[in-house]
Amino acid sequence: MKIMVAIKRVVDYAVKIRVKPDKTGVETTNVKMSMNPFCEIALEEALRIRESGQASEVVAVSMGPQQCVDTLRTGLAMGADRGIHVETKEMLYPLSVAKLLRALVEVEKPQILILGKQAIDDDCNQTGQMVAGLLNWPQGTFASKVVLDKEKQELTVDREVDGGLETLCLDLPAVITTDLRLNQPRYATLPNIMKAKSKVIKKYTPEELNVEIKSDLEIVQVTEPPKRKSGVMVSSVDELIDKLKNEARVI
Amino acid sequence: MNTYCRLLRRSSTRYLLHRSNSNSQHSTQFPGFRGHFGTSRPLEQLLGDPKRTLSTVFPPLREHIGSGLTSACNVAGHTHRLPCRFFGSAPIVMQRNPKFSTINADDITKFKEILGEKNVVQDEERLLAANTDWMRKYKGSSTLVLQPRTTEEVSWILKYCNSRCLAVVPQGGNTGLVGGSVPVFDEVIITMGSMKNIISFDKVSGILVCEAGCILENLVSFLDSQGFVMPLDLGAKGSCQIGGNVSTNAGGLRFLRYGSLHGNVLGLEAVLANGTVLDMLGTLRKDNTGYDLKHLFIGSEGSLGIISKVSILVPPKLSSVNLAFLACKDYVSCQNLLLEAKRKLGEILSAFEFLDSDSMDLVLNHLEGVRNPLPPSMHNFYVLIETTGSDQSYDKEKLEAFLLRSMEGGLISDGVLAQDINQAFSFWRIREGVPEALMKAGAVYKYDLSLPVEKMYDLVEAMRIRLGPAAKVVGYGHLGDGNLHLNISLPEYDDTVLGLVEPFVYEWTSKYRGSISAEHGLGLMKANKIHYSKSPECVDLMVSIKKLLDPNGILNPYKVLPSSLTS
Repeated sequence: MKIMVAIKRVVDYAVKIRVKPDKTGVETTNVKMSMNPFCEIALEEALRIRESGQASEVVAVSMGPQQCVDTLRTGLAMGADRGIHVETKEMLYPLSVAKLLRALVEVEKPQILILGKQAIDDDCNQTGQMVAGLLNWPQGTFASKVVLDKEKQELTVDREVDGGLETLCLDLPAVITTDLRLNQPRYATLPNIMKAKSKVIKKYTPEELNVEIKSDLEIVQVTEPPKRKSGVMVSSVDELIDKLKNEARVI
Repeated sequence: MNTYCRLLRRSSTRYLLHRSNSNSQHSTQFPGFRGHFGTSRPLEQLLGDPKRTLSTVFPPLREHIGSGLTSACNVAGHTHRLPCRFFGSAPIVMQRNPKFSTINADDITKFKEILGEKNVVQDEERLLAANTDWMRKYKGSSTLVLQPRTTEEVSWILKYCNSRCLAVVPQGGNTGLVGGSVPVFDEVIITMGSMKNIISFDKVSGILVCEAGCILENLVSFLDSQGFVMPLDLGAKGSCQIGGNVSTNAGGLRFLRYGSLHGNVLGLEAVLANGTVLDMLGTLRKDNTGYDLKHLFIGSEGSLGIISKVSILVPPKLSSVNLAFLACKDYVSCQNLLLEAKRKLGEILSAFEFLDSDSMDLVLNHLEGVRNPLPPSMHNFYVLIETTGSDQSYDKEKLEAFLLRSMEGGLISDGVLAQDINQAFSFWRIREGVPEALMKAGAVYKYDLSLPVEKMYDLVEAMRIRLGPAAKVVGYGHLGDGNLHLNISLPEYDDTVLGLVEPFVYEWTSKYRGSISAEHGLGLMKANKIHYSKSPECVDLMVSIKKLLDPNGILNPYKVLPSSLTS
């Protein structure tokens, strides 16, 4: 059985985000880029399934500019068997990504497609759901536990919902999107980094996959949240009440 | 040895008596408390409030927990006696120097007149905080804290105190580890926290000029917005002040890359005991005109003058940082790896740290949320290599190539490379968490030593043989700088064990021409041990300089130099 995992290159989780002065987006030049944390979890889960002997191959997929290869190398160093890079300089929105993934699924024929529940840069939380819809596959989103039964060709997925846990049973093939508590991703060890160097990364263009990149969305502007004002010390209860009434206007 | 004996004889006639309580209270507290002193929040409340998270009250520690609890000093508030160890395990009580005056009502009135009512602090809670050191090991009984806002006010205070023969202790962030920043008896505390202005920053030359009370972290964030970094970084950065850093010549994690403050500080303004303001606040890289006096004040721990302003050379912030966490089978491999790293990583190498398997074991057992990056087995030594450069893909390729070669060559037995900042943070957490883990494990005797790199770990092994199974001996530190943090961990403080440790550890260090204080200073804790690292002639010259600059000895008395020679 083959598992496909989608991984996204994003601004590192720990980097302080700066908005571009012209408000068209976020500054990404000279900024540390890393794998989206939820994608790391997705990849880790795929690797664990493979290591349990229930899958034979893990294919990591990334889309975007040339530098996505670095992210794929990280994925390969974690243990993915090979990589696919769909190279494009176009801005990619969830629907385009979902269409590209569908095209790749048709080529690679995996039984399970695992994605992070969302990317930390755009917070869209749409791609997994869209690709499941396009493929007409069942989906287990926000997975906090995944159990594969290869005999029965089904997946049992625990989902973190507001009221507690929901357990779903999905027939294969299926789409899973991962939540934070599913697992703790492994580190890239030196022997695996070494092995990763000889692993194959296949390149596609959107044209080769017959997907037209277009967007129905336009980003109007990106702005920073308002800066928090520093607090002031008040000298008396009366002054506090006065400020609450007349400045903050909350009482 | 003659010197030691002479000193011992002298001191034993003056200092005697027993320590009253060897298992003191501080063994139970977390070590990361970095002194939110100077705020109005009472100490007990801070320490006792379980809701505050470790990261705010007990921030991540770098190496700076260093030399801690060699003696448990339980000082009764105002008795003017300080039980303290000077040689071996012989507990000795220090006397207040009778030539110093005590504060009277006139003094207070004068101080209030000049500094203003609210800068003359006599409030109980704030006095307690200012009297107690960061580890709650040393406690003075000062009744007065002064908060100057300008160099002129510092000058006025010192001039006045000098004329009245009132002893003073300059205080920055009060994060020192050797008792240098708190009064021993009733010295007037001069806190520099109100002098926190950034005076100028020259982007082209990278020179920052600021007042002594600037908190290191504030300088770091100011520079960050300008695209620069401070040349020093340490665990206490949220509280420690640049004036204190300079006057103690603090080391830290960027030492390997940017070197000592003796190189980075370009100029100083310092106030002498008689109130004279020395303007050495140059911003020149090169200046060979006469004796370079600023170096006297860097690392003098406030005993020669109070630093009021600093000009410091700051490097540009580089965008590409990589971190590897590696395992080595023996100490020789660690050394060879260091040699290779210096050669092959050259200009991008920015940190080379090590810890042994016992340190690792402590961290894994005592700190929450820390996992072993190299499971399942334990390795004998762990090394962190950090590179900092300007080109992410080039640097990473270079580091990877170096690591793979070292692995093939057998220098490294296993390793991981951080793929994102979060992973890098969790690797640093292991190295930085050692002091915290040690404090949680029980009682600990701490030594901060400089030794030749090839001899460094021999001391740890010698100590293990000496102490046997009774104590856990761990070694970690800045291998790249030849700085070992030797720690002896045991369930409770034990005089028999201490008797085996000291003076052995100092004698051993002295034998290999090491330093008994690599980056923590001498303070009160090691003032009388200076002879282990400095010749009598050097110490005599230091005493002469002290007497020249501070004839009455009012500046930070009882510290840095043996009090038998200065009083």
